[in-house]
Amino acid sequence: MTTVIVVAERDEKGEIVQSTRQAVTAASNLPDAQISVVITGDAPGSATSLPVGRVVTIAPIESTDNGIYDQATADLAALVSADSPDVVMFSKSDFGSVVGARLAFRIGAAFAPDCVEISGDASDAGTIGVTRPVYGGSALAEFEIASSPAIVTLRAGAFEPNTDTGAPVVESFDTDGLERKPVEVSESVAESREGVRLEDADFVVSGGRGLGGPEPFSVLADLAEVLGGAVGASRAACDAGWIDHSHQVGLTGKSVSPDVYIAVGISGASQHMAGCSSSRAIVAINKDGDSNIFKEARFGVVGDWEKVLPSFLATVRELKA
Amino acid sequence: MTVRIVVLAKQVPDPETPPSQFKVDESTNRVIPPSGVPPVVNGFDLNAVEAALKLRDAGTDVEITLLSVGTEFVLDAMKKPQAMGADRLVLVDEPGLDRLDSAGTVTVLAAAIEKDGPFDLILGGRQASDWDQAHVTLGLAEVLRLPLVSLVQKLEISGDLVQLQRVIPDGYQVVTAPIPSVLTISNEIGEPRYPNLRGIMQASRKQPEVFSIADIGLSMDDLAPKIELKRLYVPESNRQVELIEGDDEADAGRRLALRLREEKLI
Repeated sequence: MTTVIVVAERDEKGEIVQSTRQAVTAASNLPDAQISVVITGDAPGSATSLPVGRVVTIAPIESTDNGIYDQATADLAALVSADSPDVVMFSKSDFGSVVGARLAFRIGAAFAPDCVEISGDASDAGTIGVTRPVYGGSALAEFEIASSPAIVTLRAGAFEPNTDTGAPVVESFDTDGLERKPVEVSESVAESREGVRLEDADFVVSGGRGLGGPEPFSVLADLAEVLGGAVGASRAACDAGWIDHSHQVGLTGKSVSPDVYIAVGISGASQHMAGCSSSRAIVAINKDGDSNIFKEARFGVVGDWEKVLPSFLATVRELKA
Repeated sequence: MTVRIVVLAKQVPDPETPPSQFKVDESTNRVIPPSGVPPVVNGFDLNAVEAALKLRDAGTDVEITLLSVGTEFVLDAMKKPQAMGADRLVLVDEPGLDRLDSAGTVTVLAAAIEKDGPFDLILGGRQASDWDQAHVTLGLAEVLRLPLVSLVQKLEISGDLVQLQRVIPDGYQVVTAPIPSVLTISNEIGEPRYPNLRGIMQASRKQPEVFSIADIGLSMDDLAPKIELKRLYVPESNRQVELIEGDDEADAGRRLALRLREEKLI
């Protein structure tokens, strides 16, 4: 039996996010998995129909935490110490990355971030194997974790979301009250932004050095708008000043995992691929047929973007009309 | 009062190495250093150096110490932060320290900070470009029992507090943290400055201060891994690209859109 705690996250409406359902899939694959979903906040909401054995609610973080997750770290450390699971799973979100790491070091547990595979050993529930990309996705590393609990974060999109339903037992876990808050958040400032957020977009249209200048990004923006997506860019295009660095996809920029990632004039250096390799499908348009992007892409056109893109855009428009 | 800042820095293979030159020795689970491409200081750590230098620019009296754990350091690379304006370079250098897991790395950093401290601010980059652990600085805050703020894009010292902006998905939070605190610096802090000639000359004359792990009160037994690397390999790309062709390039563009629709991708 492998006991697993999945730490759930919710969207603004209180619904369980897709990445938590992906974690449930990853947990279900472990030998004879007994899964508990831990949810922060006072009402379990849609977690009560997850296909797991138990749902545990802990203190309503939204109203008591300071945004740096001091409270969540303290609460989860108390729960994990009381529950002694074999595995604690987070999504590789800001929350999961910070709280997972802090929790592991607070209780002296092993931490493996950004896993794309996780496996158990049917004869030894305490031994967990994980695989994670390293060196910007150029290599894969397989690790064995022999000490319990193993605390992991899972890369978005590495597992299919579990859409089954179930009837878990719902419990609440009382913590010892509020964590001392050494760090105070006085306000949150929203920065205005046009269109769809790059990290959330189902379609990303990205441009690179091959575009040759800033003007072509307006064509990319047109395509992104038709698709209801966002515009990305390679580091070379951002460094050249053709587009703001907030659009940069890659190791030093943003990580995206859209359904379709359209790379125009991008060579596909590992730096860049690190930010988009978990896309469902990569589509490459590049005039150099030998460039690395074609090794990563599912569909491609070898050709000059100036000739390929207008007809592609026009056809997409017709299909969408 | 001088504000003592330690910046955690790591020597990594140059991430701009072309993928074709990236090779792994599967018998030792190690990356084979590409010939002629020297290692560099992890680019994200230079963001943290830049953050410290911005405090100096703003008129704060700061002393900036670079701290790194590893072995076979290439000093030309490791001196870049000093050329940018950092004051000291402290290396914990011993064979085997390049193979620690993150728990071992945190143990060494904590002991070195205890030995060389006290420090007012401990700064780290957002992540490393090699093993992309992105959590050594976070773990260090837990082990040192210090307050932590991640993804800082702006900072300013006022008395015994540090005023911060922390990046969140749709903007930023305004955060006040005490001194001492541990901060991870986001790349939104701004491009690391280029060293000028005077900085490079000055850095070349400075010698690093080197500790062994015995110097900081540890032995290799304290650094046993919690997580064991079993295999490191370059994945075979099993993705076969489907190249769309047409009568001309414009026709190929049209066919590409139709093919994506056929696959229900758009």
